[in-house]
Amino acid sequence: MQRGFSSQLNSSSLRPGELQLSVEHLQLNFGGVTALLGVDLQIRQGEIFAIIGPNGAGKTSLLNCISGLYHPQRGRILFYHNGEHDLTHLRPHQIARLGVARTFQNIELFRHMTVLDNLLAGAHIHMKSNLLASLIYWGMAQREQIQFRRFIEDIIELLEIQAIRNKVVATLPYGLQKRVELGRALALRPAILLLDEPMAGMNTEEKEDMARFILDVNEEYGVTIVLIEHDMGVVMDISDRVAVLNFGQKIAEGTPDEVRNNPLVIEAYLGEEHAALLSRPFSKS
Amino acid sequence: MELFLQLTLTGLTNGAILALAALGFVLIYKASDVINFAQGEFLLIGAYLIYAMVVQFGLHWTLGMVITLLIAILLGVLIERLILRPMIGEPLISVIMVTIGLSSLLRAVVSTIWGNLPQAFPSFIPTQAVQILGAKVGADRLWAIGIAMLMLLVFNLFFSKSKEGIAMRAVADDQTAALSMGISVSHIFAWAWALAAVSAAIAGALVANIVGVGPELSNFGLRVFPVVILGGLDSIPGAIIGGIIIGLLEAYTGGYIGQGLNQVLPFIILILILMIRPYGLFGKEIIERV
Repeated sequence: MQRGFSSQLNSSSLRPGELQLSVEHLQLNFGGVTALLGVDLQIRQGEIFAIIGPNGAGKTSLLNCISGLYHPQRGRILFYHNGEHDLTHLRPHQIARLGVARTFQNIELFRHMTVLDNLLAGAHIHMKSNLLASLIYWGMAQREQIQFRRFIEDIIELLEIQAIRNKVVATLPYGLQKRVELGRALALRPAILLLDEPMAGMNTEEKEDMARFILDVNEEYGVTIVLIEHDMGVVMDISDRVAVLNFGQKIAEGTPDEVRNNPLVIEAYLGEEHAALLSRPFSKS
Repeated sequence: MELFLQLTLTGLTNGAILALAALGFVLIYKASDVINFAQGEFLLIGAYLIYAMVVQFGLHWTLGMVITLLIAILLGVLIERLILRPMIGEPLISVIMVTIGLSSLLRAVVSTIWGNLPQAFPSFIPTQAVQILGAKVGADRLWAIGIAMLMLLVFNLFFSKSKEGIAMRAVADDQTAALSMGISVSHIFAWAWALAAVSAAIAGALVANIVGVGPELSNFGLRVFPVVILGGLDSIPGAIIGGIIIGLLEAYTGGYIGQGLNQVLPFIILILILMIRPYGLFGKEIIERV
């Protein structure tokens, strides 16, 4: 299949392998409850980095800290993109503008808007037209809109959602909504893409599709991906590195193989019943 | 037939103006969940500003209109920044009380500056009678319909095409997601208030041109409620259709049944709607679940 993006999908200024996101000693409390306790992560450009852990381990909290929805009490988050940015105290929209895109565990699409409008909203920061140009819709605004629409169409094609582009999101089945949400995050032209359980609640076929899209985005376009996922098969299959959280602390990190064979992980996190699952052989497709 | 046409055109004029006023109300509600009880005062201020520009300063009405709109934008942004922003996260009823307070404040400011007496207003838009299919109608009413329709069209285009319009719809739909798309929600709230003030100011100027200015113009704010409840609190097309339906109903009732009743009718409709949909005014959650 021949696909070509008319404009760059990956906006990172880094070369593959360079340090892109550095989470240092992150601590997050909600009242007396500690959600994250001294978490360190180093994510490099171009990798698929998975964060796993049991429910309540702090995975989503960590993602929310990175995207600015939560502000940690201690520690800091550095993001490298045309220089160093300290994300720790920035607001969510400022972080998004730096190229940190994300999806949500429970789909947070603009439900009353069409698929196309959702993607346009995702690409909002790249629209330059001011109010006057928009009101007088022809001219510059028109030309910009066309170029812009080509980029959007590329995403639509990549995710194979041509048939539903003008459908209102709320009317779509769950699996497609997940895919549209990925598309909306791509429309931001991410430097790094945070995916919070992109395959939750999907059937096997939908999961395979989603895994393929994630791999495409990563391998063909070089977008760094930070992934939270419960499906161990998928995580072990597609991730370059895996970090394991438990009760807000990182208990292990490494390649899928290392993590799979780490006794701490098997014992503390997965428990006996899952040990069998972990020992299942996986193949990188 | 002639009476019918006459009433229809009158109704359309009022309806279009109501729709403009209602549009601002819906905008604010959609974007920020705030019910703005000061919408009528925005209209009042718009009317008095154009009065000041045209009558007191003797400007041409087009220039006066531009200045009026600029002041309206400033007013909207300032009110959002200084009064509504500190209320983010406060209970809904507190925010409503604040907008009710705001409406009293704005009305007081207007009567401090311009007094309480209604002022005649030399129409700045031509008023000579025009014959349409046998019915005689003031040209100013046709202008009002035309301008209001044009504005509604522009607003519609703004929402469907422009960067800010798409961002506003996104914020109205899901604030968290909008933030994650790089959309500044507080920025969008300011936009909503500015646009609400602008659409109300245009409505106010159109009303002022037809009936002159006076403190009672703020009653338009009350008439917005039947409109938005009929059309749906968070629906922009609903505000437009609701405005036109209420405007026509008022005109027909006044013409065929009797003056006076037309003042009451919108509220009778409001009560009927609330009887059928008891969750009308504050029932967003229930509506959402359906």
